Amino acid sequence: MIEDRKSLIAWLQAGPMMLVFVAFFLLPLVFVVIVSAWDYNEYEMLPALSFRGYSDTFEGCIAQLPELCTILKTYAKTVKLCFLTWVITLVVGFTIAYFLAFHVRSKTWQIVLSLLCTIPFWTSNVIRMIAWVPLLGRNGLVNQGLIDLGLIKVPVEWLLFSEFSVVLAFVHLFTFFMVVPIFNSMIRIDPKLVEAAYDAGATGFQTLVNIIIPLAKPGIVIGSIFVITIVMGDFVTIGVMGGQQIASAGKIIETRLNALQFPAAAANAVILLGITIVIISALTRLVDIRKEL
Amino acid sequence: MISKATLELVKVTKQFGSTTAVDGIDLKIPSGSYCCLLGPSGCGKTSTLRMIAGHESVTAGDILVGANNVTDLPPAGRNTAMMFQSYALFPHLSVIDNVAFALKMRGVSKEERHAEARKLLALVDMQAYEQRLPAQLSGGQQQRVALARALITKPQILLLDEPLSALDPFLRLRMRAELKRLQRELGITFIHVTHGQDEAMALADIVVLMNAGKIEQQGSPREIFNHPKTEFAAKFIGGHAVIRIGDETLAVRNDRLILNAPSAGVSGPFIAGTITEVEYQGTFIRVSIAGEGGTDLAAELSENDFDQTGYGVGDRVLVTWNAANAHVLGAHPFATVSTAGAA
Repeated sequence: MIEDRKSLIAWLQAGPMMLVFVAFFLLPLVFVVIVSAWDYNEYEMLPALSFRGYSDTFEGCIAQLPELCTILKTYAKTVKLCFLTWVITLVVGFTIAYFLAFHVRSKTWQIVLSLLCTIPFWTSNVIRMIAWVPLLGRNGLVNQGLIDLGLIKVPVEWLLFSEFSVVLAFVHLFTFFMVVPIFNSMIRIDPKLVEAAYDAGATGFQTLVNIIIPLAKPGIVIGSIFVITIVMGDFVTIGVMGGQQIASAGKIIETRLNALQFPAAAANAVILLGITIVIISALTRLVDIRKEL
Repeated sequence: MISKATLELVKVTKQFGSTTAVDGIDLKIPSGSYCCLLGPSGCGKTSTLRMIAGHESVTAGDILVGANNVTDLPPAGRNTAMMFQSYALFPHLSVIDNVAFALKMRGVSKEERHAEARKLLALVDMQAYEQRLPAQLSGGQQQRVALARALITKPQILLLDEPLSALDPFLRLRMRAELKRLQRELGITFIHVTHGQDEAMALADIVVLMNAGKIEQQGSPREIFNHPKTEFAAKFIGGHAVIRIGDETLAVRNDRLILNAPSAGVSGPFIAGTITEVEYQGTFIRVSIAGEGGTDLAAELSENDFDQTGYGVGDRVLVTWNAANAHVLGAHPFATVSTAGAA
């Protein structure tokens, strides 16, 4: 009797979250997967089992091997941009988190500086991206500066609407998602451990490698998941900062949607989801984050 | 090569901003001795230990290990090792990797450092746990691992920061005996910070009693207990009645106080008072007396002596002592600071 009531209460407590999860995450995902296997023509989708969404996507790819077809090149480029962004945000984010956690001694300053990091988030993503244009453009501040200094004669072209500017914007936008979880892991490291390592003769670098990084791993993995999932699915930043010239997995989906080819868009979404899951599960192999939450 | 070295502090001072934590102390500890830095919290004992360890910079003065001036050396260059209060074991490393950590930092191969770590784990009787993580160990086991980790560099001086404070009373007594055994077997110097006078008396060859950043008194436990030099020393070490007669302050051990009936003829100084409490303590009986003039005393009588008198709560008594058992306490070496510090 009491056991029954307890389990009923437990279900009631977990219920609302479960409903939200089912309605807004699981159900749409199931729809996407179902639609990805539907047939379609030029203007509508046909509810019949067909894998045209997938086969159209990879049309001619096998024949072209070992040369990469456009679609595979696009995925490769997305992974490359994602990897670059991940490495840079990780290094920059780790450094900022380290500074906040170990060099800023007072709690007040830690909070003040953390809030300072959030100031860019007071404006929208797009505005923050566009702000780069007058800086990096052909006649932008950077090019003008370099010319005035006599370092270059002709404006540098690759500053804007290039992979460089895309990665730059990603780093600018998403480093903070790396800082927060890593900082959170780091402030839980007992300063006595650093002292104990120093007492044992560890250099600063040895302490970093043997003590700080292993203990900050959960934060590193969580931050990486944030950055990787956002960048893998992004099409706005790549569009704006790439001058609509760079293709990405997100942009393929956008293009297909604009062409009303929903099954093909859904198929690409499922492929992207698959790739992201592979990357994330490889990361979580490194550390059991469930233990840390 | 000298394997054992004397530790010497020369006019060592530590200031944190405008506050002086350690005020120009001089101290010499012979090699192979067990030294306890004893004092109330905030007396500067932990700062002193941390300066010896190299975890706190020295504001002024010098620290010598043997013939080497180590004042500005990093911890690992001093031939000292520290055992931290909460042990500070690395939570992500197994017991054996924790113990072998210092050797790993020196680039010793895995096989070699694990072999060495196993020897130390055997020394503290923890071989069976080498694959466990610190979180899977009890407090006493963690302490053994911390000891083994500190000893792996073969330090000449082991520094222990309140090593027993995190343990329950039963375990504390056991680990206390263990520490003493280890120190005896290894023959190295142990410097042990504690605020418990019983701990210091049981363990130390040399007790360094500190108060308000200065050394109040140093010597063997028996010396300090039998001849406390200052009021603070007599009160902190416990078991003493501090009595003011005229300009003089005397310390008399509680078990040397003599109770007399008011009618008895008493020659020499005495304190008259009323018994407020009688407590049976097994090996002795504690008689609390509210003395006239505000001097509270706690005489300790043997069961036999007490039974012969037949005193009870509310009885008036005259407390006397044998002149040979009374020590005149010196004025405080730093009178102005001490009144606040010792209160």
